[in-house]
Amino acid sequence: MQDLDAFRHDVRHWLEAHCPPALRGVAIPIGDLYTGGRHPKPLYPDQPAWCAAMASRGWTVPEWPAEYGGGGLSREQSAVLREEMRRVGAPTPLFSFGISMLGPVLLKFGSEAQKRRFLPEIVRGEIRWCQGYSEPNSGSDLASLMTRAEDRGDHYLVNGQKIWTSHGDESDWMFCLVRTNPSVPKHEGISFVLFDMRTPGVTARPIKLISGASPFCEVFFDNVRVEKSHRVGEEGQGWAIATYLLSHEREMISGLGSLISGTALAQRALKIFGADAAGKLRSGGLRHALARFELDSAAFRITLAQAARTRHAAGMGAMASAVKYFGTELNKRRNELHLDIEGATALQWEARGPAGEAWASDWLRSKGNSIEGGTSEIQLNIIAKRVLGL
Amino acid sequence: MPLALTEEQEMLSRSAAEFLADRASLAQFRTWRERSHQQAFDPELWREIAGMGWPGIAIGEEQGGAGLGLAGLGVVLEQLGRHLSVTPMNSTVLCGVTAIQLLGRAAQQAALLPQVIEGSRTISLAWDERPHFDPFGVATAARSTATGWLLNGCKRGVADVSSVDWLLVVCRLEGAAGDREGLGVFIVPRNAPRLRIEVTPMVDGRNYGEIVLEGVELGAEALLGGAAAPAAALGRLVDVINAGLAAELLGISEEAFARTLRYLKDRSQFGKPIGSYQALQHRAAHWFVELQLARSLVQEALLALDADPSSSLGLQGPALASMAKAKASQVAELATNEAIQMHGGIGMTDAHDIGLYIKRARVLEQAFGDQNHHLDRLASLQGY
Repeated sequence: MQDLDAFRHDVRHWLEAHCPPALRGVAIPIGDLYTGGRHPKPLYPDQPAWCAAMASRGWTVPEWPAEYGGGGLSREQSAVLREEMRRVGAPTPLFSFGISMLGPVLLKFGSEAQKRRFLPEIVRGEIRWCQGYSEPNSGSDLASLMTRAEDRGDHYLVNGQKIWTSHGDESDWMFCLVRTNPSVPKHEGISFVLFDMRTPGVTARPIKLISGASPFCEVFFDNVRVEKSHRVGEEGQGWAIATYLLSHEREMISGLGSLISGTALAQRALKIFGADAAGKLRSGGLRHALARFELDSAAFRITLAQAARTRHAAGMGAMASAVKYFGTELNKRRNELHLDIEGATALQWEARGPAGEAWASDWLRSKGNSIEGGTSEIQLNIIAKRVLGL
Repeated sequence: MPLALTEEQEMLSRSAAEFLADRASLAQFRTWRERSHQQAFDPELWREIAGMGWPGIAIGEEQGGAGLGLAGLGVVLEQLGRHLSVTPMNSTVLCGVTAIQLLGRAAQQAALLPQVIEGSRTISLAWDERPHFDPFGVATAARSTATGWLLNGCKRGVADVSSVDWLLVVCRLEGAAGDREGLGVFIVPRNAPRLRIEVTPMVDGRNYGEIVLEGVELGAEALLGGAAAPAAALGRLVDVINAGLAAELLGISEEAFARTLRYLKDRSQFGKPIGSYQALQHRAAHWFVELQLARSLVQEALLALDADPSSSLGLQGPALASMAKAKASQVAELATNEAIQMHGGIGMTDAHDIGLYIKRARVLEQAFGDQNHHLDRLASLQGY
């Protein structure tokens, strides 16, 4: 406990000295967090320096082992760091698939050489990773994927196509599921490989969504050379790695539902509808829906906090599906409530909320939350099978 | 996964489950409901329960209780829900003891609580006058006399009314129905002269009734706290009761779920267990997720009302109590409706136990405010 107090003192002092004043207390939307990479596009000029400062202490990934550049902090210390960051209003220094998805995979399945090569780059945000999972004919049935990797001795030759690759056009490397053996049952013939997006034969093409934005790409592979030393785990072990990674992805996506409380929505509704003499919102139906949303989002935040306290290092496992399912459905509800509150204004493409929210675009984008990372229906399948034993 | 968070609570949960399965199971409930018009609970069972210390579970050790807080009481109430056990825990401990603790003067607490802890006295709280809970809409009048008080009015939905020793009657000392101030709570012996009891059987097969007070005379010491109760204290009483009711509702939902899950695996149609069909799998999985969420809120509400530091998400006790009760009610409706539907025809029969849960759940939901009441209260508490 005393050690923890000393740690808190150190952290507080360090953050006061190093967190750029221009970033303090700035509410950066999740889509504008600093993602690093070879060609970073920071929203605020101080973001790269802030990331570098945090990375120098390993605090972009507080709980990763120090030998690979992480902070080497205990869960308690990491909680202290988060609290102190909140205190000074320090934003998340780095937000990346390297941290939330590939890192945990390398720590568990990677070779020593792979860990030493790739993890420190992730910690410092030097390489931006994208995920090559879904294919045009392999969505929910991911294990049926067709992108093939032919054995050419010391390397594979990869041909095929991925889709729904987040920021594929802006990323530096890809972690990718490929079929190394077409003659065994589908789950057993998949391998997990890493390659540079600059490798000849890789083409990424953005897809325009109903929201107007293009966060996803199609990625084509035409005789792409992938070193065997860049295969993670054994040949054929790709599916086990993929499902391990998916549970991390689901935890991340599910966090979206807890971003805005019902109370914040209610404040906005009061501005627009006003209140009666008793202080009640002048729309009974909306008031009721807001209260329901507020209690469900509170229940969700409490469930997440409890899961974080009790979970094992291996992640939340099947509980991640429960959290992903509810968190994303909640986020869709939140976006529908925005429309209910703002009315026709929210349907104007150019309209912006008081904090710069793009209501229409965010609302349309949220429809993808319950599809990406495994649809809600797939999450329910997983719960039924693995938790309930049906 | 029961409500228990600490090792002590886990032990309590397990021992409560074992005891209730043996001594207060559904089989006992079925025999008991035949005579619930005359008698609310089995006094022998209550003596055994008192022997285990449950009446004093949330009372501090300095007052002779077990000092396990509302979280401890919640663990037991959850198990009472799971087993549909007929005991006066709800009326006497959750409502009665809490009211005496929050409203009674030190001398009153010292005189009353030991008798409850040892199991020799039971209590019921008489508040409602209308079909919907309306905490300040009380018209039952208490008029000050030379020797004490004179009570006139009518109360409904009084739990365990045929068997408890004391009734705690919420009365109006001053002002008009609807005023937040001016209410007082009187302790009235059930057999007081000019107090008439009429049993009104409820769907859950428990003993409930109306009481009519036609000039009931009481001494000055009958008023808890000796004066009108502060609205804040009454508010806290209602919050604690609702968090406890939410725990019992959660237990009901969990048991209905566990039994239905077994049925989905056992029952075959078209040559396969019905639980192998995706239409039912998805509904069961959704139900499971909703149960986790209800449990989180109930747990958080109990911790917040206990002022436990591990409740730290910045939500206040009153808001959490309403959230917990509203969510536990919504999930209990989902659970008990789905339980019957997924059991099919057999779920409609009185002979099958699954139909018993819905009856108890709806009565608990109505007590001290249904979902609509609590959503409305939550919105007002949060300023909209």
